[in-house]
Amino acid sequence: MSGSSGLGYHEGVTGPAAAMPEAVVDLLNSALVAELTVIDRHGGLRTDPLIPFWDGRHVLMTSSILFSRKLEDIKRNPRVSVSLSDPVGIPARPFSRATIQGDARVIDEDLHRGWMRLLPLWEAKEPVIKKFITPLQKLGLPLFWERAIIEITPRRVYWWAGGDTTRDPEVRAFQPVAG
Amino acid sequence: MRVQDAAARLSGYSHAVLVVADESGYPLSVATSFKVVDGTIEATPVSALPSVIRDTEEARLVVSHIRPYPGVGYDQRRYIELSGSLSVGGPAWRFTPRAARGWDEEQLSFPELCQRAIPQARHYLAALTAERGRKVKPQMAIGWRFFLATRLPFLSATIIPVFLGLAAAAYDGRFSLGLALLTLLGAGAVHLGLNVANDIFDTLSGVDDANFTPTQFSGGSRVLQYGLVSLRQMMGLAAAFYATAVVIGLVLVAVRGAGLLWLGLAGVLISYFYTAPPLRLVHRGLGELCVALGFGPIMVLGTYFVQTGRYAVRPLVLSIPVAILVMLILYANEVPDRVADGRAGKRTLVVRFSPAWVLRGYAASAAAAYLVVVAGVISGVLPWPTLAALATIPIALRVLRGLREHFDSPYQLMPYLGKNVTLHLYTGLLLVAGTLAGIPFRR
Repeated sequence: MSGSSGLGYHEGVTGPAAAMPEAVVDLLNSALVAELTVIDRHGGLRTDPLIPFWDGRHVLMTSSILFSRKLEDIKRNPRVSVSLSDPVGIPARPFSRATIQGDARVIDEDLHRGWMRLLPLWEAKEPVIKKFITPLQKLGLPLFWERAIIEITPRRVYWWAGGDTTRDPEVRAFQPVAG
Repeated sequence: MRVQDAAARLSGYSHAVLVVADESGYPLSVATSFKVVDGTIEATPVSALPSVIRDTEEARLVVSHIRPYPGVGYDQRRYIELSGSLSVGGPAWRFTPRAARGWDEEQLSFPELCQRAIPQARHYLAALTAERGRKVKPQMAIGWRFFLATRLPFLSATIIPVFLGLAAAAYDGRFSLGLALLTLLGAGAVHLGLNVANDIFDTLSGVDDANFTPTQFSGGSRVLQYGLVSLRQMMGLAAAFYATAVVIGLVLVAVRGAGLLWLGLAGVLISYFYTAPPLRLVHRGLGELCVALGFGPIMVLGTYFVQTGRYAVRPLVLSIPVAILVMLILYANEVPDRVADGRAGKRTLVVRFSPAWVLRGYAASAAAAYLVVVAGVISGVLPWPTLAALATIPIALRVLRGLREHFDSPYQLMPYLGKNVTLHLYTGLLLVAGTLAGIPFRR
């Protein structure tokens, strides 16, 4: 966990696309909830709370096909925003707030197993989840376990020290990844 | 969700997220504090420089809450998204909401939220199918699909009356293992055929689609709603079970005589027309009676006849308590289904009765089951060890209490519906054991 008062850089990752500020990485790694905003089919905004994960390059989320409207919206318009705002749902200390704008991609080639690569990250935040993924437990809500991954490549990150959004944020812009 | 209701709930949230579209076309979401003043929301001005937030008709104000549960995860999930206009400038920004949506798991349980979202899942799968040019379906191993589609664990409702018929025959000195196995197989096939046919007809009539609060005991298997099995596959499965039952039934008639034919025929017809048109017995308030007859006297007497070649009073009396208790499984399971059943015109007894009368009906029926055992022993028809079945009275009382306390809460009712299944199972097994234990004492 970072104790820094400004934007540091996550170590061990290279390249402009991976230079997520360390304080924001701390928020992403501890957050039990973030608000994902997508642009819907009518050009309006639609926000849903989801658990965020960070793999060193992307913000990752997973959504059941039951709640797949956001997936359809992302396929039409990949521009999204993720807000890390909740002092209760984000037990990072010291607390701060961040917003990540980025381009999202829906990974849904294998709805049944593809999302399982997020399972270690998910279990770390919500240990009870492993009890729900036994074959017998899955019988209760099988469609909940047909899931896609939302992979967000950050484009701009706003970070508010102490979580005070009345003050100007520190901003980090990311270059689009080549290739 | 109505805007007024949403606004009234905002006080339960510590902060909000203000969402607008920025000049580059990305959504921009920034946390803020807020208060509700005369139907509009005053938000503390925020800074997102270099982006500049301007007046807009297309803003969102989002509040969300969870309670972390260390070592487990979190609970108390709820959120509200308000759509409206944002006016910036001055010491407080004004957000005027015009629409609201959201979810609070204390108001709408997560399982019910998922059931209500099934059409969206189907829509997504259909879009993927069109995109890829091949059918995209949810996946489940074939064994689990069979388990789910047939509702296999409910076979105990068949095993108990067959065992009871066998015990009654053994009490009378007759037992053939081969015929017993054949009986069990045939009765099981009728039961599984009934379960599958029930799903088919409840889906075709819209009952299962209208049910957003299914439990593991009610609302059908949902395999058709989930798209795990096709209607054609379910029809094939039902036909296979009924064909198996008919073939076994004919073999047993050939072995034991035509006396079995009418009973077997009644069993198959009751099973099929339970939900199938034109009779749709369960829609006419006859479902409970059909289940009681089918899983009570028909199975117990049929099993007894296969073993002995005759009918008798003892197996008939033995069948009555299990008939009543299996009827009470259906009866209690209809409590969480009653709204969907009523909407679809499935006029079960629970739909017809008021809650108070549903509870009275349960209490009176359970009491009758135990009184039959006592009366059977007093009259000398049943061996005295069958009184052991009275040991399950406390379970019946617990189920009754659960029904009374959670009549309107399908998911809180679930443990009691489970106890209701064990009530039938344990009472039946004690009657079987009591009958066998009575063999040394028979006169």
